[in-house]
Amino acid sequence: MLLGPSLAVSAVLFTIGVTGVLVRRNAIVIFMCVELMLNAVNLTFVAFAQRLGVAGQIFVFFVMAVAAAEAAVGLAIILAIYRHRETVDLGNINLLKG
Amino acid sequence: MTRTAMSLVWLVPLLPLLGFVLNGTLALVRPTAKTAVSVIGVGAVVAAFGVAVAVVRALAVGHAAEPVVFTYWSWMPVGSLQVNAALQVDPLSAVMLLVVTGVGSLIHLFSVGYMREDDGYARYFAYLNLFVFFMLTLVLGASFPVMFVGWEGVGLCSYLLIGFWFTEQINADAGKKAFIVNRVGDFGFLVAMFLIFQHAGSLNFTDVFAKARSLFPLGSAAVTAITLFLFLGCTGKSAQIPLYTWLPDAMQGPTPVSALIHAATMVTAGVYLVARCNLLFALAPVSSAVVAGVGALTALFAATIALKQWDIKRVLAYSTISQLGYMFLGVGTGGGATVAGIFHLATHAFFKALLFLGSGSVIYAIHHAYHATHSHEDAQDMRNMGGLKAHLPWTWVLMWIATLAIAGVPPLSGFFSKDEILSAAFARGGVERIWYLFWGMGLAAASLTAFYMTRLMLYTFHGPNRTGERERPLLREAPWVMTGPLVALGVLSAVGGVLNLPALLGGSSRLERWLAPVTEAGAALLPAHAVASGTEWTLIGIAVAVALAGIAGALRMLRPADLLPAQRAPAETGFARVLWKKWYGDEIYDALIVRPIMWLSREVLWKIVDVRLVDGAGVNGAAAVSRALGWVGSRLQTGELGFYVVLFVAGVLFVLHVAVR
Repeated sequence: MLLGPSLAVSAVLFTIGVTGVLVRRNAIVIFMCVELMLNAVNLTFVAFAQRLGVAGQIFVFFVMAVAAAEAAVGLAIILAIYRHRETVDLGNINLLKG
Repeated sequence: MTRTAMSLVWLVPLLPLLGFVLNGTLALVRPTAKTAVSVIGVGAVVAAFGVAVAVVRALAVGHAAEPVVFTYWSWMPVGSLQVNAALQVDPLSAVMLLVVTGVGSLIHLFSVGYMREDDGYARYFAYLNLFVFFMLTLVLGASFPVMFVGWEGVGLCSYLLIGFWFTEQINADAGKKAFIVNRVGDFGFLVAMFLIFQHAGSLNFTDVFAKARSLFPLGSAAVTAITLFLFLGCTGKSAQIPLYTWLPDAMQGPTPVSALIHAATMVTAGVYLVARCNLLFALAPVSSAVVAGVGALTALFAATIALKQWDIKRVLAYSTISQLGYMFLGVGTGGGATVAGIFHLATHAFFKALLFLGSGSVIYAIHHAYHATHSHEDAQDMRNMGGLKAHLPWTWVLMWIATLAIAGVPPLSGFFSKDEILSAAFARGGVERIWYLFWGMGLAAASLTAFYMTRLMLYTFHGPNRTGERERPLLREAPWVMTGPLVALGVLSAVGGVLNLPALLGGSSRLERWLAPVTEAGAALLPAHAVASGTEWTLIGIAVAVALAGIAGALRMLRPADLLPAQRAPAETGFARVLWKKWYGDEIYDALIVRPIMWLSREVLWKIVDVRLVDGAGVNGAAAVSRALGWVGSRLQTGELGFYVVLFVAGVLFVLHVAVR
């Protein structure tokens, strides 16, 4: 595997994720974009692991485990918000305004 | 052996302190236990008197030229300032010790009868014992700070006892006035202490006086400033011009308090201080002249006011101020006259305590009569008295003794002490002319003293009785526990002169020789002055003639029979009104000092400094700034997640930018 293309794909994925978080208003989509950013980082770890040793791959497992936990909690929160407000549009969820 | 007896000196102040603690506890837990309170209150002071006698005897046997200092613990060890909790026994403090505990014991005994029916009986004796403790600390302290503790403590007790019946506004106000006026004087005392420490590096009496000669050249600015500030303290405590106004108001307290604190002991603290520092005053001729001049002026000024007062206690209050003026004339003249001032202090303690207790006995009788008939007449107004000699024969005789003593009629005690002061002032006039003026003022005051005291006696005890028809049969002599101390004081007032019988009259000036170790260093600095014995006889003749003229004038001019009771008495007119209004002293102070300070406090300090600066700019300003900053911060909290993310990403990019570069 070539390091350069892997990193390029990773960078593109991460940028798509960031852009999605910035521009979308649907909580589910934003959530998916966050997952996209995590996986972009995972790809970077794996790519560098070829050169720098296995520690990067170990780290990927940690990130996946944390991402799974985060997905469970995050989806539960979104579900709770939907039950309460009947919307997942973040434009309507601004109770903590100063 | 003498040292052992003297080392008991700590017991003298401690016993009254113990009495205060016990009586204070009783006042809180069982105020009705009046017998226990009497035993503790009187016992503590009488025991202190016993120990004091033993200490003074030991001092007399030991012939110690140097003061004997007992150091108990280190009180303020701060750098080069080393102040110990130490007591000092020397001839001067010995005299004060005997006067305070001796006269104090008699007045405590009198109080047992006088205050018997008061609800605050235990509280009264607790305060009185506390006062004796502080007064003894004042006279025994071996350094200025220890003395200052006593000085402030007696001021506190004075305040507590003037306002003893604090449920009446006028009494509480009088206590406050005494305390505040004394603050002005205490400021002077403090500044003097600072200056002494700056120059001498020590505050112990022995150190300061040992170094004084080498530190301060005669008449130097430093010692003049020190002594003038010390004297400012004295004018407050001893009610001299310009700080005399609190003492007449202090008569709102119980009469035995007036006798003990505001006549016999506390108010003489200033005289004691000047006598203690007589070396410093001798080094500052200007200050000595100021002390003597203020004393002479006060003696004359207060005597004129006493001429036209109707309240029996106020007459005595102004008389006290006047007699304190004499004492300052004595200690201000310095040298042998310092002894004369202390001599007058002692004899005055006898006859003025007697006069006050006698007036207390009169007020007691009239108050009880009015109380029985539910009358609301003034029990202290002389216009409601008259003819009391038939009802109170003991008080009548004893008060005449005191009156003749204070007027300076030989051979009673006041004659000797007053004559010594006057002749010393006259003698110094031979060297410095201004003292002739002081002598003249003292002489004039002496004749006024004789006049107003005779007036007091005539209106109180002679002529027809004006108390009221229903009350007259109820007037009777107080119980023996009150008349007994009067008799003892009467004997002392009569024969007190033997303490310092001058050689001219066949005596040996015992007090003068006794106090010589204290006064000789200061006396050596004064210009030599003495009068020939022929002149001295002339001076005695003049003084006696003046006193007798005052008495005769009062007997001729005053008609007790024409006096009307207070309710129907016409208002004073003309110059009599000026005297009755006390030369408008209180009104002048009110206009010149009290009102401007009140105005400044209200219009500037309150409405501008407090409301606008402290509350406005300070408190509300700080709140406004916080709120404004908070508002700016709160604008960032939009509640829009997208906005937060943008900020977050921007922050990450900034950190990365910094970290990577």
